[in-house]
Amino acid sequence: MLTVLQHGLRRLFDLTENGFNRAFGQTGNPFHQLGALSFYFFWLIIISGLYLYIFFETSAIAAYESVEYLTHDQWYLGGVMRSLHRYASDAFVVTMTLHLFREFAYGRYRGFRWFSWVSGVPLLWLAFASGIGGYWLVWDGLAQYIAVATAEWLDWLPIFTTPMARNFLNQTYLSDRFFSLLIFLHIAIPLILLLGMWIHIQRITLARTNPSRTLAVGMLCALLAVSLIRPAMSQGGPANLDIAVSVVNLDWFYLLTFPLLDIWSAGGLWMLLGGLTLVLTVLPWLPPAKSEPVAVVDPDNCNGCRRCFADCPFEAIVMQPHSKRPGIEEAVVDQSLCASCGICTGSCPASTPFRSVEDLVSGIDMPQLQIKELRLQTKAALKRLNGDVRIMVYGCDHAIDVGALQDSGVAALSLPCIGMLPPSFIDYAMQEGRADGIFITGCAGGDCHFRHGNTWMEQRLHGQREPILRARVASEQVRVFWTGLLQKKKLLQKIQNFRSRLKRIDHD
Amino acid sequence: MTRLWKIAGQVAAYTVFVAMIGYFSASPAYVRLAPDQAVIKLSFSHAGQPIGACRERSDEELEKLAPNMRERIVCPRERHAVRVELRLDGKLMYQQTLPPAGLSRDSASSAYKRFTVKAGRYLLKVQLGDGSPDKGYTSTFEQVVQLKPAQVVVIDFDEGVNNFVVK
Repeated sequence: MLTVLQHGLRRLFDLTENGFNRAFGQTGNPFHQLGALSFYFFWLIIISGLYLYIFFETSAIAAYESVEYLTHDQWYLGGVMRSLHRYASDAFVVTMTLHLFREFAYGRYRGFRWFSWVSGVPLLWLAFASGIGGYWLVWDGLAQYIAVATAEWLDWLPIFTTPMARNFLNQTYLSDRFFSLLIFLHIAIPLILLLGMWIHIQRITLARTNPSRTLAVGMLCALLAVSLIRPAMSQGGPANLDIAVSVVNLDWFYLLTFPLLDIWSAGGLWMLLGGLTLVLTVLPWLPPAKSEPVAVVDPDNCNGCRRCFADCPFEAIVMQPHSKRPGIEEAVVDQSLCASCGICTGSCPASTPFRSVEDLVSGIDMPQLQIKELRLQTKAALKRLNGDVRIMVYGCDHAIDVGALQDSGVAALSLPCIGMLPPSFIDYAMQEGRADGIFITGCAGGDCHFRHGNTWMEQRLHGQREPILRARVASEQVRVFWTGLLQKKKLLQKIQNFRSRLKRIDHD
Repeated sequence: MTRLWKIAGQVAAYTVFVAMIGYFSASPAYVRLAPDQAVIKLSFSHAGQPIGACRERSDEELEKLAPNMRERIVCPRERHAVRVELRLDGKLMYQQTLPPAGLSRDSASSAYKRFTVKAGRYLLKVQLGDGSPDKGYTSTFEQVVQLKPAQVVVIDFDEGVNNFVVK
């Protein structure tokens, strides 16, 4: 059932993202930077919140008045900041939730990724606690509803000697001291959330915490526009605990579960949310992921160049004093962190097929597809090629299946990640295998299954990252196309265009 | 896709995104209370009677204690559970035995219960039983209340008068 759900969601994301790729481009696609967008919205919330705090009166009686002052008397800045604070918070929930569903849909939550997934679960609670706590501070009709409902919900837990809801029985029970506690919580919980977000991105290198500049500007403009068109307003005047809230306009992003307190009970809601939290926490082990063989370092071929250390997307490689050669370092793989992507093999200077040794061994190799095996497979694939234009295609197991592209003029090999392909193989296929062109494809730009595979590949091809592609390979003989899973037709068309281009070069 | 179409696509995406955020951040409205309904809250915090009587320690017992702890009179910490019952026009709305809080069961017994009722006139009868259960109810409070729509009426226990009050 989990697989069916996963496939359905993945299909939905593929279809949606296909459209977004057209409008935003692959690297600008917001779906490829949901985590970064969440960080961005968080900073917008912090900045707007700091401004609001300057004018905010921290007592139950004066809080409402100070918010009203900001909203009406200072609408051009204070009002906009209030709206931005609210809408950025809502956007934060949207991107956070989409991020969760997307990682689940693409299977990026299991095995070596368990830490990122599990550390993300408490962030959900912290994010909602931060947002709901913020609504209390306005102390309007909505705040009154939330205060009473939340207190009743929390009172279900046997942790309070006196029910928390007694603080909100009627106006005479309300105390400024309790209100000060709420303000403290609204500052403390987001700070804990930030700490949690920092922990969440540990174990991954070069975590993307900033969206593309275009997207950041676009989102800011859009949020400012909605802030001006539909400014956030208080509801029902100042809170009056002597009068019950009858009708309330909920922020459904944060308060979706609140009506369940009336429909079910506080206990029922605890069961639902507790159950969901439990399921999310154990999800990476439902069932346990099949473990792939991890990268293996060969000390005789490791010269301590640190390229694999720099390129590993999951911090699975550390450098230690060399076990055989004093004075230099040696890469060491942390098995629990290794993603089995092979990007390290692609970065190793010893992973060159031109080496004349009988038993080709890389400094760091993948047991499931050793570099000597990749050379053998490349040789065999090239041998099968005939016709006037011969193209060697290298693809990725997590992108479109390149095996289906093969014909007499096209040979294809799929790797665990395109970042595993050392650029010297492109040179090799041209020189030794007499291929007319090399076609490189893999996951969509900005959405590599192993985070950096296609980026590193692109940089290696452009001479921006070691190991670089040798200059003797003509750039027009290498074509790169990153694509989503639904773009098979386009991929075929790109290969066809490449074939025509190579044909023209041949004629010239 | 031409540049113009791409920009149009982006504008459309941003518009849909913020329109969704703008709408669902305050709509649709949630109706929690019908226009003819009011709320009664029964809530109190009352420390029940100690479970036993105080007694004097013997000299032998006192000698065994540290000098700073030699109090002649010793009382049990544990308290009785408090029993409460609420009737509205004679109809039983709530009946509960509330245990004392605390690991040693030495703190107050507390209750919080919210009732949504139709606005109108009601005879409230609240009773509290403190001490041994066989003593029955020790405090009884009765009052006629006229509830307006959306009005919140709070029934609390006033230690000063040792009975319930309506606020």
